[in-house]
Amino acid sequence: MSVKTPSNLEKILSAGHLAVTSECGPPRGSDPEAVIEKANLIKDHVDVVNVTDNQTSVTRMSSLAACIHLKLMGVEPVLQMVTRDKNRIALQSEILGAASFDIFNMLCLSGDHQSFGDCPQGQNVHDLDSMQLIQTVRMMRDEGKFLGGADIKRPPKLFVGAAANPFADPFEIRVPRLAKKIACGAEFIQTQCIYNVDKFEEWMKLVCDRGLHEQTYILAGVTPLKSAGMAKFMKNRVPGMDVPDDVIKRMAGTPKEKQPEEGINICIETIERLKSVEGVKGFHIMAIEWEEKVPGIVERAGLYPRPKID
Amino acid sequence: MIVADKKPVEEIIEFIKEDKKILILGCNECVTVCEAGGKKEVGILASTLRMYFLNQGKDVKIDEITLERQCDHEYLEEIRDVADTYNAIVSLACGVGVQFMAEKYNSTPIYPGVNTCFLGATEHRGLWTERCQACGNCMLAITGGICPVSRCAKRILNGPCGGSSKGKCEINSELDCAWQLIIDRLKALDRLEDYEKICPIKDWSTDRAGGPRKVVREDVQI
Repeated sequence: MSVKTPSNLEKILSAGHLAVTSECGPPRGSDPEAVIEKANLIKDHVDVVNVTDNQTSVTRMSSLAACIHLKLMGVEPVLQMVTRDKNRIALQSEILGAASFDIFNMLCLSGDHQSFGDCPQGQNVHDLDSMQLIQTVRMMRDEGKFLGGADIKRPPKLFVGAAANPFADPFEIRVPRLAKKIACGAEFIQTQCIYNVDKFEEWMKLVCDRGLHEQTYILAGVTPLKSAGMAKFMKNRVPGMDVPDDVIKRMAGTPKEKQPEEGINICIETIERLKSVEGVKGFHIMAIEWEEKVPGIVERAGLYPRPKID
Repeated sequence: MIVADKKPVEEIIEFIKEDKKILILGCNECVTVCEAGGKKEVGILASTLRMYFLNQGKDVKIDEITLERQCDHEYLEEIRDVADTYNAIVSLACGVGVQFMAEKYNSTPIYPGVNTCFLGATEHRGLWTERCQACGNCMLAITGGICPVSRCAKRILNGPCGGSSKGKCEINSELDCAWQLIIDRLKALDRLEDYEKICPIKDWSTDRAGGPRKVVREDVQI
């Protein structure tokens, strides 16, 4: 696939390297240091840093503002944008705002329902859905046009991504759904956290059977478990998450003080196994409020140093 | 039909506690079917209020009338002669009926006695569920007859989202995932390949987003 944007992520993937991405959740306050500190922990070990957009529907510093802080410190951000909170005017406006700061990556999402967050009494918007947001940003970039049809002066240059959850139901449409996102213009995919590697492999095989792995770059999502309690919470309380019983057993069978280390071991073993899965082009390491562990994971998984491409 | 639910009686009392002559006005249509504002509910509310005022030692006259409909001029005309004689009218019709009453009887305070909830159907007695949000641009032909606008918590037109689990929605494990229903239905119709058709960006100008709506049919106007 030829390179269409100045995105470092796109260049690394296009050159055939395994990409490493991570993420940074903006703070519940206005102190930029909270963003800068997190980014400093991971910046030398990852290619780009996703900045979440009011994740789990909890009000936080805006994703774009946090992306700008990263950009100003020389870290390449991935602007996450959910369709829950903005209509098509605001979404397009935000895309232009990001482009004005030369932000080159964007991840299009629908977002968790607001009932999970701190404003359950609020409205949701969903003027567009995540697929239609992909279409919108691709139109703005490739055709240089707004949804309304007018020309954009200096169109955005965004490498466009989407999420995929191989573990949500119904399983039979999980690959067709990926195909739809690709048809809408998703150039890279970051998956839901993978704990059930067997099921992920089953999904990837179907993806490859359809040749979809050659039409988009699939980054496998991993999240190190901090404790057996977290594993159980993820299994039982997080929608669309698949944590097999043997993972929970392994965590629960480890003394409490060693559980964080065991969680990281599982994460690294998962990455090692996924490296040989056809179609996996990189890893998205989501160490939630545990960013300091990312460098060690990247190093131990043999993904360091990161390639430099001009 | 329009589905409504009873307002707490305490809230209704707050509206009318100073009034001396009150009319409880029911409607024979949707709110009768969903047992929120028909003749039976008018009787129950009137009795409750009479007891309340009796306990308060107040002499308040409470009358009961149930009209065929509160969303048609001709039926509202039936109370033309008496409307002005009341200090307050509590309408147990949907929000449409309450407003139509208020427009017609300009000088009489009209209070809502129900909360208007949604356009829905009777699953069984005592359970009504939403089926339509009146977006003004029906897309049921391409979604197997299941509406993602009214039945998906995120109104996702290309679903399901990543929160669909065992056929249920991420916001409530008792709520069906609309997209699971759509996929099941497409399968039953042997049209699962339609799932991969991308639903284009929707024109919401026919929805409430476009402002208060009207339907004009010159062909049927007299």
